[in-house]
Formats: sequence, structure tokens, C-alpha cells
Amino acid sequence: MKEQETREMQNGQSDNAMVEIIDMHKWFGDFHVLQGIDLTVQKKERIVICGPSGSGKSTLIRCINRLEEHQKGRIIVDGTELTNNIKNIEKIRAEVGMVFQHFNLFPHLTIVDNLTLGPIWVRKVPKAEAEETAMFYLEKVHIAEQARKYPGQLSGGQQQRVAIARSLCMKPKLMLFDEPTSALDPEMIKEVLDVMIELAQEGMTMLVVTHEMGFAKSVAHRVLFMDFGQIVEANTPEEFFDNPQHDRTKLFLSQILH
Amino acid sequence: MNNSDDTRMQGMKPPVTHVGLIGWIRANLFNSALNSILTVVTLFVLWKIVPPLVRWAFIDSVWHTTGKACRQVTGACWSVVWENIRFILFGFYPFDSQWRPLVAMLILFGLLFYSQNRKHWKKILIYVWILGLFFMGLLMKGGLFGLSPVESTKWSGLPLTLLLSVFGLTAAYPLGVVLALGRRSKLPTVRWLSIVYIEMIRGVPLISLLFMSAIIFPLFLPEGITINKILRAQIAIILFTAAYIAEVVRGGLQAMPRGQYEAAESMGLNYYQTMRLIILPQALKIVIPPTVSILISAFKDTSLVVIIALWDLLKTTQSVLANPEWMGFSPEAYIFVALLYFAGCFSMSGYSRKLERELSAGEKQ
Repeated sequence: MKEQETREMQNGQSDNAMVEIIDMHKWFGDFHVLQGIDLTVQKKERIVICGPSGSGKSTLIRCINRLEEHQKGRIIVDGTELTNNIKNIEKIRAEVGMVFQHFNLFPHLTIVDNLTLGPIWVRKVPKAEAEETAMFYLEKVHIAEQARKYPGQLSGGQQQRVAIARSLCMKPKLMLFDEPTSALDPEMIKEVLDVMIELAQEGMTMLVVTHEMGFAKSVAHRVLFMDFGQIVEANTPEEFFDNPQHDRTKLFLSQILH
Repeated sequence: MNNSDDTRMQGMKPPVTHVGLIGWIRANLFNSALNSILTVVTLFVLWKIVPPLVRWAFIDSVWHTTGKACRQVTGACWSVVWENIRFILFGFYPFDSQWRPLVAMLILFGLLFYSQNRKHWKKILIYVWILGLFFMGLLMKGGLFGLSPVESTKWSGLPLTLLLSVFGLTAAYPLGVVLALGRRSKLPTVRWLSIVYIEMIRGVPLISLLFMSAIIFPLFLPEGITINKILRAQIAIILFTAAYIAEVVRGGLQAMPRGQYEAAESMGLNYYQTMRLIILPQALKIVIPPTVSILISAFKDTSLVVIIALWDLLKTTQSVLANPEWMGFSPEAYIFVALLYFAGCFSMSGYSRKLERELSAGEKQ
């Protein structure tokens, strides 16, 4: 399935790109955290980004929905360039779902209210319809029975699945995952990865920052390795794991695959 | 136990010395030598104070008599309150029309009581309040429907205290929230205006703000235009309280994790939606305890309006004591006023505790 998809994407034209990043730089004060990123994400493509901490991988995906502002270069998401135009930013954010390491559910709202908030206020969907959609996605992440509870009453794995469902309720064209399993107890990682794999099988465009190499092998079309603010290596998972080209990639892989 | 493998001790109860009244006394009053001594000393002090106080206040006291007769008894002279109750409560409001402020206050209490239930927090509540305020204003001011007009200079006593507090607090709270948001704004002008406002107001005592409102402010008005003195004092109280509320609310905003902003923004919510739906509901809940402290102290600070010659509850009480017949009975009169203030403050803090409990229900595990 994966190879066929890859071929289709490569045959596509450049207007088939979901995200285009061209020579993008970012600084935190004097710290040059992203040093000339060039990356094109095709529609339906799934990319896993890995690399040591501080390499800029989280910052990279946070630039795509403007949680961080880039200072040089261009980022074009679904045909719209990210500038200071707040309307464009809000439009792009509505199209791009994001899942955080620490879930960031809204603790003062019930699960179902967490899910309906975006559709109701951003998409102006009627409340009843939004709740219907919310229940649909809660079923999908196998957690519908918790709909009336508050986030604090759920386990970490359940909260992260709710967070994924919350993003899906906005019917996003692209999903960003920022280390979605790093804050979870080991026994809960699988339930979250399973939901992400299901999502991948349905053809969602995904950019995932993770160290779950099993996940990368089974669903990613490309694996990116980042270090010191640069994309050092980008390849298919088979090539990336079996035949890494750069010494830094080899070193990194030897450290995380014991 | 029917199962010998079951090592859990299901039927066992804690020892008798750890439960019930004896257990409680042991654990709380006599659990160490120091605590035992403190308990004994406290009991002795209470025994010395409470019985004489009860005798003074209730047994030897007189309730309905003249000031002269009062001087013959050893107990409390509550007559100073009951014989002058209408002046203490309503001051210079025309004697025959004092039912009007009374009804206005009852409407206010009714509205407050109705609003304290969170189930009633709907849009219609706003209209109910507007209607209630209209009737209260009509009753106080008169001039319509055959009610004789009463100048606001005659408004005094408890209605004045309640007017200054209720309006002062309800207007200061939203203003404080806006200032707190302004101080954290990314727009430099808004931020600096908020900072200057907050720091200037906090740098000045309430008394001097009241003096400014009463004496300096009218100098800047064009000739012939005067603004009601009560209104000026009211504005001074609002401006003063708002600056303190702003800083408390800012503390709540800073306590919010960045992830909450990011989650809201990454959904495409704009600034106002993020604040209204996500940040403020959580931040304002965190700061309920310090906010209520400010509201309570602002309620008590309304008594400072005496210095610009407004006759609030405390001032009407003082003027009763200046009457030669009742001179010297200040403990009784001040205890009465203190009880009124206490009732106001205690209901505020009680309500805030109830609100905190209700709002956190379900959220914590």
C-alpha cells in the first residue's frame, strides 16, 4: 500500500503539495534554531521527524501553524503563505490539527465540550451537529463512554486520544504531532499509536515528531533526521534504518535502537 | 473471616481511643504536653470572658428605654440602637418616605439571593437586574408615579453603603479584568497605559482619591456643570478597586500553562475567543480567594466616604452617639454596625467558598 501511495505522490504536480517550506530560518534570540529548512510535504504523505533534543524538530512543526514565527524564508500551507496576516494564520490553523506532548486538553470543559469548541466557534457549526461529530470521533478513538467526564478524570493515554479526536473534529487537512507519546506511561503508548496508525490508513497527511521507530517503519513514507537546526538526512524508512548515510544519523540510531 | 487465605482484616475497627468524641479530644486537644497546656489555658480564658459577656449583652441588658434609664443598669444598653434604628439605617432620608429605601434594599437582597444560584446565570438575569436597578433608582429618587422627589444629598445610612459597595464592586471587577488583559497585551500602547494606570492608582491611598474626586475634580469641570457627589465617590471607589483586582487577575493569567493558549490558538480560535472560552474561566477561578479578599476590603473601605461628608452607615451611627442623650453608649452602637458589616463580609466569603467548590467539582480527580 505504502509504495503505491509514494509513487502516486511523486507523479503529482507541485500543486499537490500540502506544505512547502523554502529556506526557512528561525532564531531564539541569538540561538539559530532552524538553519535553512527546505521541505515539501505532499498531500497524504506521512513524515516522521526524529533527532536529538534541541535539534529544532518541534520548532519546525510549530512554525507550520505559526505557534512559532519564522524570520526568514517562506512557508506555504495548502496554497496560503504564512505572513503576519492574522486572518490567514487563523485560516491555516483551522485546517491544521495539532497534538501536543502534554495533551493540552481544556480542564474546565467536559470531554465532549473540548471536542465541540473548535467546530462551534471557528467553523460555526450548529451545536447538535458538532456534538454528533464529536461522538463519531470519540467512537473512533474508542473512548465514547467518557464523553461527559472531565479531562482530569482520564488516564494520560485516554487524554491523548481525546486530544487527537479534538483535532479531527475540525476536519483538518494536515495533522502535526509533537512527541505525542513522550509524556505517557509505557503501557499507554500503544493505544495512542494504534489510533495514529488507523488515521494513517485513512490517508491523513501527517507530520510526526517522535522517537517511536516502530511507528516510523510501519507508517512513514519518509523519515527525516534533524540535528543542529538542519535536516541532515531524509529517506524512506527502509533506507533510513538499514543504510543510514551520515555519521550523525548512525550515531543517533545506535543510541536509540539498543 | 470465612476464607483463611484472605489475610485482609475486614471486620477490624480502629481502637476506641482513636474514634468518637474521646478520640477526637485526644487527637486535637491533648495530643502533646504543649497542646494540653494550651487547651487548659484557653478554657480558663474562655471561662473568664464568656459568662460576663453573656451577662452584659443578654441578661443585664435593656432593649427599649430612654438614655436616662440606661445609665441606671450595668448591662448593655441596646436601646441606643433600637430607639435610633431608623436614623442609623436611613439617615436624613425623609422620615415618612423611609419605606422606599427599605423596599429598594429588599429588592437588592432579593436580586443578590436569586443571582447566587449558578443555574440562574442566563441572559435573562441581566434584564432582571436592569429592571431591578430601575425600580431601586425610582424608589430612591422619586419624582415619578406620585413619589415625592428626594435629593441624593439626603441619601444616607445603609442604603448609601450598599449602593457604593454593590455598584463599586460589580463595576470594578470587569474593569480590573480588562486592565489585567491590557497589561499583558502585545500592543505597547495598551500595555503601557494599563501599567501607568494600575501603578498610579495603587500608589495613592483611597482617601486621597476620594478627596480628589470631591475637591479637585470639580475644579476642572466647566462652570455650571456639577456631577453628583455620590457618583464621584462611586467612581473613585471603582477606579481604586479595579487596579487591585487587575493585579490579582494578572497573577491568575500568569499561572495558566502556555499549552492552554497554544491548544486554543492551534484550533484557530482568535484572541477574544481564546480569552473568553479558555483562559479567563480558568484564571478567574484560580484567583477567587484573593479577589474576594479585595472585594471584602473594598466593601469595608466604603466607610471612608465620611471624610468627604457622605453620611454612610458608620457616620449616621456616630452622629447618634453625638446626641447628649445617648453619649457614652458607643460599644453597643458599634457592635451593631460591626454585625452588619460582618454579615456582608461573611456572606461574601461563604459564597466564594461555595462557588469554588461548585466550579472545581468534577475537574479534580
